[in-house]
Amino acid sequence: MLVLEGVSKSFGAVAALRDVRLELRAGEAHALVGENGAGKSTLVKILAGAHAPDAGTITMNGEPLVLHNPADARAAGIAVIYQEPTLFPDLSVAENIFMGRQPLRGMRRIDAGEMRRRAAELFARLGVQLDPDRPARGLSIADQQLVEIAKALSFDARVLVMDEPTAALSGVEVERLFAVARSLRDAGAAVLFISHRFDEVFALCERITVMRDGQWVSTDAAADLTVADVVRRMVGREVGTLFPKEQAAIGDARLEVRGLTRQGYFTDVSFTVHSGEIVALAGLVGAGRSEVIRAVFGVDRYDSGEVLVDGRPLHRGSASAAIGAGLALVPEDRRQQGLIMELSVERNATLPRRWSLASLGLLFGGSERRAARDWSQRLQVKAARLGDPVSTLSGGNQQKVVLAKWLATQPRVLIVDEPTRGIDVGTKAEVHRLLSTLAGEGVAVLMVSSELPEVLGMADRVLVMHEGRLAADIPRHQADEESVMLAATGQGDR
Amino acid sequence: MTAVDTAAPPRTARATRLTHRVFLVRELGIVAALVLLIGATAISNHRFLSAQSVKDLLLGATILAILATGQAIVVITRNVDLSVGSVLGLSAFATGTLFLDHPGIPIPVVLVAGAALGAVCGAVNGALIAAARVPALVVTLGTLYVFRGVDYQWATGKQINAADIPQSFLHMGTNTVLGVPILTLFALVVVLCAGFYLRSYRSGRELYAIGSDPAAARLSGIAVGRRVFFAFVTCGALAGLAGVLYVARFGTLDANAGLGQELNVVAAVVVGGVAIFGGSGSVYGAALGAMLLTTIGSALPVLGVTPFWQRAAVGALILAAIGLDRALSVRVTKSLQRGVHQ
Repeated sequence: MLVLEGVSKSFGAVAALRDVRLELRAGEAHALVGENGAGKSTLVKILAGAHAPDAGTITMNGEPLVLHNPADARAAGIAVIYQEPTLFPDLSVAENIFMGRQPLRGMRRIDAGEMRRRAAELFARLGVQLDPDRPARGLSIADQQLVEIAKALSFDARVLVMDEPTAALSGVEVERLFAVARSLRDAGAAVLFISHRFDEVFALCERITVMRDGQWVSTDAAADLTVADVVRRMVGREVGTLFPKEQAAIGDARLEVRGLTRQGYFTDVSFTVHSGEIVALAGLVGAGRSEVIRAVFGVDRYDSGEVLVDGRPLHRGSASAAIGAGLALVPEDRRQQGLIMELSVERNATLPRRWSLASLGLLFGGSERRAARDWSQRLQVKAARLGDPVSTLSGGNQQKVVLAKWLATQPRVLIVDEPTRGIDVGTKAEVHRLLSTLAGEGVAVLMVSSELPEVLGMADRVLVMHEGRLAADIPRHQADEESVMLAATGQGDR
Repeated sequence: MTAVDTAAPPRTARATRLTHRVFLVRELGIVAALVLLIGATAISNHRFLSAQSVKDLLLGATILAILATGQAIVVITRNVDLSVGSVLGLSAFATGTLFLDHPGIPIPVVLVAGAALGAVCGAVNGALIAAARVPALVVTLGTLYVFRGVDYQWATGKQINAADIPQSFLHMGTNTVLGVPILTLFALVVVLCAGFYLRSYRSGRELYAIGSDPAAARLSGIAVGRRVFFAFVTCGALAGLAGVLYVARFGTLDANAGLGQELNVVAAVVVGGVAIFGGSGSVYGAALGAMLLTTIGSALPVLGVTPFWQRAAVGALILAAIGLDRALSVRVTKSLQRGVHQ
């Protein structure tokens, strides 16, 4: 029915998809699986008309299909339910479902009564209790997801694409969603289901396509595969000695997190990081890893639990208290959270400790430059001049500036979120060497990473999160790709 | 879920009712403030409610209400148009010039010409914002000066007095129907039409969607650029219309007509409960906001408040309106979340 062939897509220098093929058949549910960053979401965006492919063709029932924008995709009968719901918070639930397609009456006016009635009908069909008149603001993620599903139902989609729709749903809600997906499938629609939950994949889908690193790996009938087969195809990579962590003396507990809970994000997370230790926090996108470290660092609030640094409880919800206690956070999105792109390299590098560099409350260029030069040399930042704006540097060098910025505060605990995302192999190795050296100097390192080789190569212990909970705590010698992946997908207990 | 659950009322019905009540409260709140202000002023000086005084009050609010209606349409899409005062000035001077050059020109033609000139100015704003993707605040700050500059250049050495304007046109600015000035009827029609459009038409609802979440609007296939462009064209056209009515009301004008009006307009919109970040509010609220601001302007002197404090009072009103909006939105959000999890 819907066939993609040779589809490629690059963002700048990063190839997100290379020569991908996918064939969806009418009346069939098809699963798409792969690790984080395998290119699944990019593929979904192409089907939705949000991204145009650089190369390749899409055909529907033999006819070539060109999707310039989301309206084209919708006109072609492709409904997409995104991982993150895209609702209008100020508008009513019914309007959200029918936006742009509201039922009309005389003079092309919107028939609000009819719209409400149809929305109520859709909710009845889904078996949910939602008031069509209430605004979308304040809906839980699961309810938002249901509104999205109602939207897809409302225009009798011929192709239904679901990008991890079940991540936030409870068991009952998942069953209900599947019932709807099956009824659509039996009515002749093609369903593309993207999920990390293998039990669901096998329960719903007839065929499974595996992607890895932006490339197509295999498509097989679900009946011919086992969970272990799929996991092997998803990871199937050589784990070399690319990321050696040097042995360091493991000392006292530096960072202790006890029973940390934030409703709707993570539940009862407890762990300890010792000095000289690198602990990796692994898990799938949306498992709550970034949320946990943001809460630990005091950027986000949490509902219960406590964070201790060197045995002293940390004042919750205060990043300055965290910095004062010797914590440093290198965030995931360095462009938005880690750097001020317009400022110079030296300004950025010295930002967190401008008070200790200042004399009488004034900052003089000299002391700033000296401090920046020290760290830039240590990290081998390649910048033409330290006075250049950070935006002129390459991604890898920007990441080094972020590291320099926090290392200059001489942290006792360093938290890094995806430290090597989007940077080249050479710089990756340098960042890893640096983290290793820091651990050797007695710093406790907590590293969030989606790259399994990095996790396995660097970490003394691997903590795996699954749907907001710690699913496993695996010591270095027991950690391998399968054990981590199984725990991350919630299969760890089997 | 069992059949019993299905029969039960939706679990969020209570929270939804509260939401509706709040929106009602928001607009009724302005009405209440208005009534309170007028009542207090009338008690202290009974002539405040004389027919003439009421007429002046309505006339004063008319032009601001039309401008606020256009502004509300733009603000709902998470934009702002700071050039409306200059557009009004330009259109007012063009109207005067039309009458000078063509003394017998029919009034409807003048109204259309003024609105068309405003629409062209709005199209300039809209094109710069939608095509060049420059923030509306910056673009319209620029065109505020550009349009005013054109106006000054055009008006040098020219003076337009009431004597140059046809009597029939000036009567439009002073006559009343059943005690309501004709100009105010214009404003009423504009507000009702705009309110009806925003509520009942797909493209009107899309304006709210764009202001509520621009990224989601794009993903829903809404032509964001085109809608924003037409919002600015509409706002410009209404400012142009307001310029024509300005001439009808005052007769005499120079190049300074509407100078500084843009901030009053934004104030009226905000006081009227239109969220400055878009997505919610109504033109009715904006028009009521214009009414309240004008009434304060005339009531405070009657109440014996020195002119020095009048601006501060307007400022305090804006802060109070924003504070109220914030408090209400926090309450509604909480109640909606409770509604889901109860």
